[in-house]
Amino acid sequence: MTSFSDKQLIDFVYAEARLLDEQRFDAWLDLFSEDGHYWMPLAPGQQDPRLHASLLYEDKLLLRVRVERLAGARTFSQQPRSRCHHLLQQPSVEQADHEAGTYTLRTAFHYVETRQDTQTLFAGWATHELVTQDAALRIRLKRVELVNCDAAFGNINLFM
Amino acid sequence: MSKYQGRPEAVRALVRDTEVHKDLYIDPELFDLEMEHLFANTWVYVGHASQVPNTGDYTTTTVGTQPVVMVRHTDASVKVLYNRCPHKGTKVAGEVCGNTGKFFRCPYHAWTFRTDGRLLAVPLKKGYDDTGFETCEASQGMAPVGAVHVYRDFVFCRLNPQGVSFEAFFGESLSTIDNMVERSPEGKLQVAGGVLRYMHPCNWKMLVDNQTDTCHPMVAHESSAGTAVRVWKEAPEGTPKPMAVELFAPFVNSYEFFEGMGIRVWDNGHGHTGVADSIHAAYSPAPGYWEQMVATYGEDRAKQILGDVRHNTVYFPNIMVKGPIQTLRRFLPIAADKTLVESWTFRLVGAPDLLLERTLMYNRIINAPTSMVGHDDLEVYERAQQGLHARGRDWINVGRLYDPAERGQANATTNGTSELQMRNQFRAWARYMTASMVEERA
Repeated sequence: MTSFSDKQLIDFVYAEARLLDEQRFDAWLDLFSEDGHYWMPLAPGQQDPRLHASLLYEDKLLLRVRVERLAGARTFSQQPRSRCHHLLQQPSVEQADHEAGTYTLRTAFHYVETRQDTQTLFAGWATHELVTQDAALRIRLKRVELVNCDAAFGNINLFM
Repeated sequence: MSKYQGRPEAVRALVRDTEVHKDLYIDPELFDLEMEHLFANTWVYVGHASQVPNTGDYTTTTVGTQPVVMVRHTDASVKVLYNRCPHKGTKVAGEVCGNTGKFFRCPYHAWTFRTDGRLLAVPLKKGYDDTGFETCEASQGMAPVGAVHVYRDFVFCRLNPQGVSFEAFFGESLSTIDNMVERSPEGKLQVAGGVLRYMHPCNWKMLVDNQTDTCHPMVAHESSAGTAVRVWKEAPEGTPKPMAVELFAPFVNSYEFFEGMGIRVWDNGHGHTGVADSIHAAYSPAPGYWEQMVATYGEDRAKQILGDVRHNTVYFPNIMVKGPIQTLRRFLPIAADKTLVESWTFRLVGAPDLLLERTLMYNRIINAPTSMVGHDDLEVYERAQQGLHARGRDWINVGRLYDPAERGQANATTNGTSELQMRNQFRAWARYMTASMVEERA
């Protein structure tokens, strides 16, 4: 089993955010394992994505729909398009099982999404559950917890 | 002189047979009059009794723009009070939901109130001796709303003490609530899974109009539902159809499908899409559910209940209910150009968890602020809110499949792409806007 150093794990999280900021969504999607999920809970500390509402809980198929839709000619809410910016605190490695090749990192972030004249700031924490597949890191779960997850939001168009 | 205040004729003139004036959506004075009249004369949804199961349980919300608290009183009835201390005006109940015990206590000066609003105690009461306190408004406690009616655990209120009765206002439209309740093998619903809250920079009526607008899904939602169908087609053959695709796909059904599914309208602005068929008709069965339903209702009745696949039922003025997928959306007006949309979900008590899971997935992919479907709806509302200020045109067209004979018809069924339900809403709008409006003489 390939083993990853803390620096490699942390760099993975930075690189992931950069792909989003550069809107390289296909490359971003490739970072997820086939059974990967992206989860934004609706309630602080929420454990259940099935029988409680979430802002987002999407498997790779739905994430692919989302990515392809962003590029669609008739995606009117993205004409003009949104842009985004991640500002990350240094991720901390919360758990590392080198034998199994699984790792958990936690990253505090500020995220800005803009469209036309509106700029919206979101703040929260991302948890990455990573697995090793074909000697590379893949995201099995990215959990994005907003500090105000239960607030009334306008459109959140891109990925945090 | 103001444009509409005290001028019921001017308000009525805003609604024509096949068009309505843009002021309904953009005029702040008209918005204030809606809050004063429309939301006070009609029966407005406050909440579900399952949100307040125990004595002292409460939840706070708004009726129009009025702050209210719905509370389970000590005699087990549900009360709806204006959330305002009669002393200095502080909102007495501060949380979205909670338990207040046997009484409310104002956080400012510790005045206390029973859960039916009556004043219980005032610190240093002696200071009010010989001040006429007993006859002043403050001594009356927290004011109850005009009337409350609980129908199968759905709590509605009318702010005005006088007006149309609950039964006369809703009539046969209550059959949609009946159907949703009966879909539980125990005949019981429970609010479950949290509430999605989505802020819209547009008038509340745009959202209500949209609920029975069947000519937009294949246009506005081609980008999301159409993409979902396309991505799914690329999956290897034999892959089971995911729940999400099953929920998405019918949004891009043909015009003919929506024409055929039909629209039914009732009096007072209520109505629904999906009479003969709907986008909710072809979901996969949940294992064990049919057997539960047959055990409770018998095969014929169970078939009848589950075969009623109504799409969107508008309860005028500001909620929409989906029986087959157990959701309730509430369009809370904040300003002429600002609306908070709440999307609630229900558990069919006794039914398999899979049904709640599906309901929550539907709500998430269609109604969340992150929803690919919601984004494109909101985009068109926002553009309309801005576009309506244009001086070149003053009217909004709602004339699709208009029939001069339709006026006054209650419980009428027609082509699913008709805008009859929108016209029905606007006729009710004019009626309840002016019902309590006193004409001022110039």
